[in-house]
Amino acid sequence: MLQTFDVLIIVAVALNFVALGVSRIRGVINAVALQGVLLGIFPIFIHPDLGTRGIVLVVVAVFLKGRVIPAFLLEAIREADIRHEVQPVVSFITSLLLGAVGTALAMLFSSTLPLTSEHSTLLLVPASFSTVWTGFLMLTTRKKAIMQVLGFLILENGILLFGLLLLEAMPFLVEAGVLLDLFTGVFVMGITIHHINREFSSISTDDLSELKE
Amino acid sequence: MIYLLIVFPLVMAALAFTVKSNRWRPWLLPLGAVVHLGLVLVTIFHLADREVVSGLGDWLLLDPLGKVVLGFLSVLFFLCSLYAPGYLALRVDRPNRVLCTNLFVSLAMMTLVTLSHHLGLMWVAMEAMTLVSAPSIYFNHNARSLEATWKFLLIGSVGISLALLGSFFLAYASLKSGLESTLLFDQLIKDAPLLSPPWLHAAFVLLFIGYGTKMGLAPMHAWKPDAYGEAPGIVGTLLAGGVTSCAFLAVLRVYQICSAGPEAEFARQVMIFMGLLSMAVAAVFMARQRDFKRMLAYSSIEHMGILVLGVGLGGLAVYGALLHLINNGLTKGVLFLSAGNIHRSYGSKLTDHVQGALHRVPVSGALFLLGFLIIAGAPGFGPFVSEFTIVSAAMGSGQFLAGGLFLLFLAVVFVGMGATVLTVVLGDPPEETKPTTFHDSVSTSGPILIFVALVLLLGLYIPAPLETLLNEAAAQIKVGSTD
Repeated sequence: MLQTFDVLIIVAVALNFVALGVSRIRGVINAVALQGVLLGIFPIFIHPDLGTRGIVLVVVAVFLKGRVIPAFLLEAIREADIRHEVQPVVSFITSLLLGAVGTALAMLFSSTLPLTSEHSTLLLVPASFSTVWTGFLMLTTRKKAIMQVLGFLILENGILLFGLLLLEAMPFLVEAGVLLDLFTGVFVMGITIHHINREFSSISTDDLSELKE
Repeated sequence: MIYLLIVFPLVMAALAFTVKSNRWRPWLLPLGAVVHLGLVLVTIFHLADREVVSGLGDWLLLDPLGKVVLGFLSVLFFLCSLYAPGYLALRVDRPNRVLCTNLFVSLAMMTLVTLSHHLGLMWVAMEAMTLVSAPSIYFNHNARSLEATWKFLLIGSVGISLALLGSFFLAYASLKSGLESTLLFDQLIKDAPLLSPPWLHAAFVLLFIGYGTKMGLAPMHAWKPDAYGEAPGIVGTLLAGGVTSCAFLAVLRVYQICSAGPEAEFARQVMIFMGLLSMAVAAVFMARQRDFKRMLAYSSIEHMGILVLGVGLGGLAVYGALLHLINNGLTKGVLFLSAGNIHRSYGSKLTDHVQGALHRVPVSGALFLLGFLIIAGAPGFGPFVSEFTIVSAAMGSGQFLAGGLFLLFLAVVFVGMGATVLTVVLGDPPEETKPTTFHDSVSTSGPILIFVALVLLLGLYIPAPLETLLNEAAAQIKVGSTD
């Protein structure tokens, strides 16, 4: 069981690199969706006896991240009728290299942190830091508004990976709140993208450069 | 009762959403605000004396710190709501359903932040507040306000995500120490000395950056000039006075936990450094600022810096910082609303076009100038008292460097801000900027005068109940701190 879990965590981290390296927006959306689904089912591995409440949470998380949010984002790019390439500020190779360096540093950093004995062998902590790093990378090096939303989603995924360590300690309300916030956050951002598109007939944040010193 | 404080604004929001008339809807704002203010006052000064006001199994709890911020927010919202009908009557061309609804929802969320006694619940309320504020910034529906909204949303959401990671770290710190994991403030403060130091350290940094982003402390302030510059004056006031105060409360809660534990000195140094840095950054960007609404945003960054600096200095300065929270918020009302009036009458907010406001809109121009003098620390008004308290506490406790820099930055800001403000109000209106139909009227100037009156009152005399509350709240922060 634990071995499968480790493999799945590695897959989730690998998806970071897919998101950084794929050139089509659709591909990035799919990678982030798959990562979200994986994260959604992780509680089952940590807590085999999840209870009804936990099961409901898993189902809701998987449905939201695997179905609702991707569908919403795909709809947004279809409506915006934008070019379907990512158009990064730095090249894909550089992004991937930065991602790799970040992941290595995450490994190093988490080995210095004092973890409780039952967590010390888990890959969750380095995976979490590396995913947070990837999220930041996407947020800062991609021009399109929709890519920044995806970067935000990856950042949230990384944070939730860490949150899994606290599954026992964190009450239900907070987890539900996280999901709700994620959903409404993406929703509000999606509506904003729609407006950006209508205003500038593109969703590149290059157009959003009038306000500065 | 505690639930009513949150549910009532939500009911009003629903009502504002269903009312069809664009003309009558804004009147719901003062109506809802006065009831909310009444409920808050009864809770703080009557109910809380007799019993502990709490709910949801202690997840909600009204403590002195919460009382100060909640009372202030309710007053601020009430005064802004008085301005709303007059302002929105000038903007009948724009549908205001979304704005009115969102203002009520954000009032509910601000109330929830002040009542939360649980790190997770407070986080949810902060995030909800960010999201509902966004459409208000986009009120003008043009390219510039869209850009501002996007930056506000994105930077705010990233900041709030970091705060979530910080909350997780804090929970993990207690897990690591073998304590029962909790996110209730009381419990965390009690456990603080036992928490695992590396995790507590990391948690403080993340939480401070996260909520500091929402406060608009430098260098996480990038969203602020844009959002304040593009939002209507009333939204600017509520952001600069309300949202930032809630974020400051969140920073205080976190600081309270850290100062009870092994990381107290570190947390204190961070607060002092970040406070001074924000003041310095504001001073630099304020010089030669041509957009007077953006200038107000830098003023807000400066005063957020003063707040965290005051708390970091400790001792009497904590009291000064809490008082300054109120003074700054009320003075921001004067500045943002009068700036909004001037903006309306010129159709521009650049000093190239806006000059001689004293001629064209004498009342708003005079109030804008007065607001500048008040915020710069003119004796007799509230901000002078609170800033003086902070600086004398710094000098009194031997922190001369911080105190000296504080005075230096205040002076630089005064010069920089003064140049812009004087250009706006003095001289003759340029001929090429034609006057719009806007004129000073009771509905757009009256509320600003009430703001001025309150700031003047706080400068001359602090009412005893408020004094008691401030002292209790300041004592709450000093508990467990090193000095």
